[in-house]
Amino acid sequence: MNFSEVFKQTNQLCKVSPDGKYLATCVQYRLVVRDVSTLQILQLYTCLDQVSHMEWSSDSLFILCAMYNRGLVQVWSLEQPDWHCKIDEGSIGLVSSRWSPDGRHILNTTEFHLRVTVWSLCTKAVSYIKHPKACQKAVDFSRDGRYLALAERRDCKDYVCVFVCDDWHLLRHFETETQDLAGLEWSPNGCVLAVWDSCLEYKVLLYSLDGRLLSTYSAYEWSLGVKSVSWSPSSQFLAIGSYDEKVRILNHITWKKIAQFEHPAILDSTKATVYKEVEKRPAVGSDEMSLHSITIGTTLFNTQSKYEISPLPVQIPVVKPDPDRANPKIGISALAFSSDSRYLATKNDNMATAVWVWDMQKMSLQAVLEQTSAVRCFQWDPLRPRLALCTGNAKLYLWSPGGCVSVQVPAEGGFQVQSLNWHCSGDSVILLGKEQLCLCYMDTDQEDK
Amino acid sequence: MGEWWTTETSMENYEISSISHVTMSPSRRNNLVSMYSFPFSKSSYSELSAFCIEDNIPQCISYINQELASLGLSSTCIEAISPGGTGLSTVPALNAMYELLQIHRRNMCNLEELEREHLRKSSTLEHVQMSNTRLKDQLELSIREKSGLHETERQLQLKIKTLQSCLKTEKDEVQKLQSVIASRASQYSHDAKRKEREAVKLKERLSQLLVDRKDKKLAIDVLNCLGRADGKRRHWKTTKATSSHENEMYKSLLSDYEASQRSLMLENAELKKVLQQMKKEMMHILSPCQPSIRGATADESQEQADLDGEKGGDTSRESLDQYCEHAREQLTNSIRQQWRKLRNHVERLDSQASQAQNQLESKEVIPRETHEDEMERMRCEVQQCKEFIHAQQQLLQQQLNTSFDDETAALLNDCYTLEEKERLKEEWKLFEEQKRNFERERKNFTEAAIRLGREKKAFEEDRASWLKNQFLNMTPFRHRRRCSSSDGQSALSIRSEPEIRMSSVNGQLAKSSTYTTFSTPRPSRSAPVPSTTELYRTLRLIPDSSSSRHSNRGRWPECSNIEDSETRVRPTNGLRPGDMSIFSLGEDENSLT
Repeated sequence: MNFSEVFKQTNQLCKVSPDGKYLATCVQYRLVVRDVSTLQILQLYTCLDQVSHMEWSSDSLFILCAMYNRGLVQVWSLEQPDWHCKIDEGSIGLVSSRWSPDGRHILNTTEFHLRVTVWSLCTKAVSYIKHPKACQKAVDFSRDGRYLALAERRDCKDYVCVFVCDDWHLLRHFETETQDLAGLEWSPNGCVLAVWDSCLEYKVLLYSLDGRLLSTYSAYEWSLGVKSVSWSPSSQFLAIGSYDEKVRILNHITWKKIAQFEHPAILDSTKATVYKEVEKRPAVGSDEMSLHSITIGTTLFNTQSKYEISPLPVQIPVVKPDPDRANPKIGISALAFSSDSRYLATKNDNMATAVWVWDMQKMSLQAVLEQTSAVRCFQWDPLRPRLALCTGNAKLYLWSPGGCVSVQVPAEGGFQVQSLNWHCSGDSVILLGKEQLCLCYMDTDQEDK
Repeated sequence: MGEWWTTETSMENYEISSISHVTMSPSRRNNLVSMYSFPFSKSSYSELSAFCIEDNIPQCISYINQELASLGLSSTCIEAISPGGTGLSTVPALNAMYELLQIHRRNMCNLEELEREHLRKSSTLEHVQMSNTRLKDQLELSIREKSGLHETERQLQLKIKTLQSCLKTEKDEVQKLQSVIASRASQYSHDAKRKEREAVKLKERLSQLLVDRKDKKLAIDVLNCLGRADGKRRHWKTTKATSSHENEMYKSLLSDYEASQRSLMLENAELKKVLQQMKKEMMHILSPCQPSIRGATADESQEQADLDGEKGGDTSRESLDQYCEHAREQLTNSIRQQWRKLRNHVERLDSQASQAQNQLESKEVIPRETHEDEMERMRCEVQQCKEFIHAQQQLLQQQLNTSFDDETAALLNDCYTLEEKERLKEEWKLFEEQKRNFERERKNFTEAAIRLGREKKAFEEDRASWLKNQFLNMTPFRHRRRCSSSDGQSALSIRSEPEIRMSSVNGQLAKSSTYTTFSTPRPSRSAPVPSTTELYRTLRLIPDSSSSRHSNRGRWPECSNIEDSETRVRPTNGLRPGDMSIFSLGEDENSLT
């Protein structure tokens, strides 16, 4: 495993182009584009203000830089450095900006969610979508980029609009049976739209592309409900994480629950492996060397850590949430399927130090990773069943069905990994610190072994 | 009562014994009588003087006679010997005395008895009184308890009443709270809606204002417009376009449904296949078992009949399989039935096994030995593995102890190459062995070739001599030619002979070598690592022993046939889990019967 040198970045704005060739980072008001393989600077653009959001277009030719506090969007071309485009939303303000899947339109959401403005870079045309809903996830493009689903609030009722992205034609417009719609997400095959209610009510609705209600699922009543929703890449499963610390898996044929994953604080009778991160000073020859816990570290001054397989029963530290506060820190906040839909990684908010990996074939717990500090972020390798996670310290942790490793990031100056992003080839991970970033290259041969 | 009696008897013992003495021995009776009568006589001595004196003898006599008569002893009448005389006629007096004594004794006896009775009665009375008092105490106690219970009951009832009232109030409270919550919720939702409407109105106004103000800043500034990503022009919004969108949407939906249907159909077909196969295997397993069991118990014959009936139904099902809707139920039913039968059979086998285990203990000597051998081998393997792991651990430790640098990395690599080397060495060994085999075969071959050449030469000579003879005999030309052609055939057959011999040599060679797979000339199969060859070997070991057992027993003719075919097939087919399971089941049956 190799690491690049450390680069500067701000606002954790650092993205690899969809074709995997370029790396764009924002440093204050500058946009730097590097070649991923050599890390040499290819282009340098200067924006009008500090960038708050940056995004690659789907064809990797343009980069959008949004400056929310100025209500401005600037677009840069990689092929023609002198081409420029500036969109000013004026006094109406700007809270969110994104590319349409064709890479020729920009969707800007104005302040107070007054409207969504669709700017065309081809014709300079502008069109408005009124009454967008301000919620967790109000906009979602289908995976093939053909349809846009948008949550709408009109007359105190929730609606969903389905647009054809080709010409922004309104294909379907239907009312949903929700009290307060919180989010919507297309299935990866683009034929089913999952819609869920706000946390006050456990309700998940599944709509067909043509607006027919396929199914409604509600696990319980009178308690805080859905916290997170995720489709499996095969569109076969819909995983719903909720405030009752459980994940429920719906199937795609009957839309009924086929499995329920609980997150108990005490694991006593499970076939899963429990990896516990143990911090240790190096050079202490320990007799019990597990094959899974090979620590790799070069710096002497950092505390090294390694994984140990803890024997059952295992008590996972639980933080009791304050019941008087809104949005209590309890329940499944993060769900992610591996690229082959074989594994599901989950995180329960009141057990912030643990990541749970479930086997979707056996519908059982495969592994639990108990870290020394709270897990910040985890992400699956886009090609292999390999999970990378970080806990806000100078280490990168990797899990694969074969075992677990903890890797020290050999960067000076207290580089702390706050979040991470896989390169689309799965060969490297971009580690984002507070003000810095660093690339970590995986050894393919080591991985195979 | 009994106990009490016993104590009393011990107290009375002495008296009773004395009484018995009285009744028993007439010799001592006199003494006793004297003893009893002694105080009487003593006391009455003075009275006697008062009662009878010389003067009033007749009066006394008459008085006594009267008394005797009153006692019912009128028959004996005491008389004076002479009127006015003092003497008494002795016989009646003695008789009277005797009678009196008799009466007296009877009375005494009665008295004794009565006293005893009285004692008994008094003791029982005492007992009864005691028990009475006890019962009274108990009664009192229970009455007290009863009153206490009544009191507690009353208290509890009071409590219940208060609790019920509490519950009622709580219920009321809950209802009230619920109504409060409901009203609050409705109020909240109403307010929220109102707020939302206001917000919407405000937003409308805001956007209106923004539009009215003609916000100059709201603009897009592009250097030059871009082409579309797909290179096409923008379409006009027409009805045609919208219909095409609809079409496209439905098309994608349709394709999705088709795909899902296809996958479901595939899954269905797969499941059906599995079901069929399971059924077939079940029937296959069940059918050869049946005859032997039928002999064992009577009710099995009925099952057999059922099975036969199903077999009859099978042929009709075969045709029905085309229409899965009709066949499904039947199929699942039959499978279920057969499964039940199989289960019963297995259970029976289990019970039989437990019975027959003791008998089999002596017969199982050979398999156990092999088993132990196997165990020993496995233990060895485990030991090796442990050593290997230990070595690895040591290496890892070394690697840890020294800080990480290139050298240790090289070391790490070295350890892997070491492993590699080990493997290579093993492979080399294999290769060497193979090579040796080849060498041997080649030698055989050359020997055979030499022999062949020699034989050929001999044959040529023979032929030449024969031809010479023929020629000398000089039969008609055509006839001779036919003969020679037939002879050619025979010559050919002779020529093939060495080859046969050689193959037989090969066969011998194959038998002699332990690794049979090595002797085969195809290297593709002998290439894998020894673990698989060992597997083959072990696999071959097990069926051999079992088949030999079959032949010994002479039972399970069909089973053994199947297994034999299996064992014959296995080396060519390689290992299949299905074969294994069938085989192991067969073996179980054998060992159990």
